[in-house]
Amino acid sequence: MTTPSATAPRAPRSAPARRPGRSPLQRRLRALRRAAPLTYVGLLLAVFVSVFPLWWMFVIATRTTDAASRFPPVLLPGDRFDDNVARLFGEASANFGTGLLNSFISAGTVAVSVVLFCSMAGFALAKLRFKGRDFFTVAVVLTMAVPVQVGIVPLLVLMEWLGWRGELQAVIVPFLVSGFGVFMMRQYVSQGVPDELLEAARIDGCSTFRTYWSVVLPALRPAMTVLGLLTFMTVWNEYVWAIAVLTPDNPTVQFSINQLQESAYARDFALMFTGATLATLPLLILFVLLGRQLVGRIMEGAIKA
Amino acid sequence: MRRLTRLRAAADTKGAPYLFIAPFFLLFGVFGLFPLLYTAWVSLHDWSLIGGNEGFAGLDNYARLLSDEKFWNALVNTLGIFAVAVVPQLMLALLLADTLNRAIRGRGLFRMALIIPYVTSIAAMAIVFSTLFGTEFGLVNQVLGTVGIEPVNWRGGRFSSWAAIAVMIDWRWVGYNTLIYLAAMQAVPRDLYEAAALDGASRMRQFFQITIPMLRPTILFTVIVSTIGQMQLFTEPAVFDTGGAMQGGTQGQFQTVMMLVFQEAFRYGDYGYGAAISWVLFWIIVALGAVNALLARTIKGAP
Repeated sequence: MTTPSATAPRAPRSAPARRPGRSPLQRRLRALRRAAPLTYVGLLLAVFVSVFPLWWMFVIATRTTDAASRFPPVLLPGDRFDDNVARLFGEASANFGTGLLNSFISAGTVAVSVVLFCSMAGFALAKLRFKGRDFFTVAVVLTMAVPVQVGIVPLLVLMEWLGWRGELQAVIVPFLVSGFGVFMMRQYVSQGVPDELLEAARIDGCSTFRTYWSVVLPALRPAMTVLGLLTFMTVWNEYVWAIAVLTPDNPTVQFSINQLQESAYARDFALMFTGATLATLPLLILFVLLGRQLVGRIMEGAIKA
Repeated sequence: MRRLTRLRAAADTKGAPYLFIAPFFLLFGVFGLFPLLYTAWVSLHDWSLIGGNEGFAGLDNYARLLSDEKFWNALVNTLGIFAVAVVPQLMLALLLADTLNRAIRGRGLFRMALIIPYVTSIAAMAIVFSTLFGTEFGLVNQVLGTVGIEPVNWRGGRFSSWAAIAVMIDWRWVGYNTLIYLAAMQAVPRDLYEAAALDGASRMRQFFQITIPMLRPTILFTVIVSTIGQMQLFTEPAVFDTGGAMQGGTQGQFQTVMMLVFQEAFRYGDYGYGAAISWVLFWIIVALGAVNALLARTIKGAP
């Protein structure tokens, strides 16, 4: 099930006995809710606006720079993608290959870590009994409301103390946990893991960690996937922190894009759009694989909020 | 032997919960809470990239901030871009959600298509949009040219640059908010619409008198989330800028507060002043959040 609407109990319909004019009314209602052809035109327009910039980005990445300024716009891919990619990777100041690799490493590491640590904390806050549990739960919610990114200046000072400036761990370690992740996991554990299951594990002599590992984690798999995807996206997209703390010789992909744009090549649209395409592609591939779950999660989250 | 097992079990029940929450609170404390609070400390010092901490400065940085035109300019820009972006964003999302809430063929596909912008790389798309909003050859100006509108220098003007940045933001977030509203709309009891239809209320009236009031908490939630996010707006205007100086246009017409923090702290190396601006920004965000929460309570309290 991807949509909560399919599982959520619908409001009870009014009893037919009380509404004698039910069937004509129902017909009228359905007519009211039915979509007119114009509605589809509007929706298709919205889809077009959503997809056009992406498609155009790819088209320019397969052509020469002058294609970006042509009007009417060029809408079909050309045959220069290989050339552009080769040129991009040859561009020393952007260091694009390292950037892509570093982004994969940092986003992947953080995604695994967030999923693991947040599901642990979420499990403890949802199911284990201990002193201060309510306090810690409130604390987690508060951390979500605090805009920690505002602390960027001292965070950089901290990185200098640690000698991490310009090192890849500077874009990994500060993001290893997330309050949002703990909160989300807590919700899923309290709804998706029945107490009887945990009780059975305890009777079988499982330690708390064993219970977490072999009972809770398997039950959380769908939620973990979505949290992992959201985290990967966030870290992949991290821009301000990357350009503050990293150096051109050891960039992430966002830093590389920034380098491309700051260099004299800012007018080389084919090159920049090739970089933009390669920076977007991994996220789009993940979306194709996991998009349905993502849509489901966003909508579920809305109802809880 | 048995006693040992029991002891271990007791230690497990007592200690394990704390071990489970420890990684989150330790890491958050060191890399989230500490830098945030330390911002206040740094802001009270002469602190620079080259010299390090050069001594207590009292409220000097704040005095400078109050009379710094660039700060007030950045604050106006941040609030202005927020206002220009958020209103059309939420209205479009409500409209699209209401549309998708009808009997639509292929609703699942539409939902997927509308969420695509949300999963793209922000900086990459900002590059694409910056090109679309180019003055001479940008597609937007060329399209406007076909209806006789003179080319707009999008980066040049205050309002035009805000509008271009708002388009980038809204392109990304309309679909996301649409899904949130759609979920909330699907939770509105059908009875209400049936009763309204019985009374002869038009679709438009149903939308304004049932859907919108029932969605008020959700709308407020999305406004709070966008406020917190957009007060820290950085990537879109930074990429839209040329040269990477964080100047926000020739006259700073679209320099946001976060861009100013970046410029002062990392381009000019003045950590103390950068921290002072961040600390003020932090309290602005907290205040806006509190206002929103108060509004939420008032609305919930109303019949």
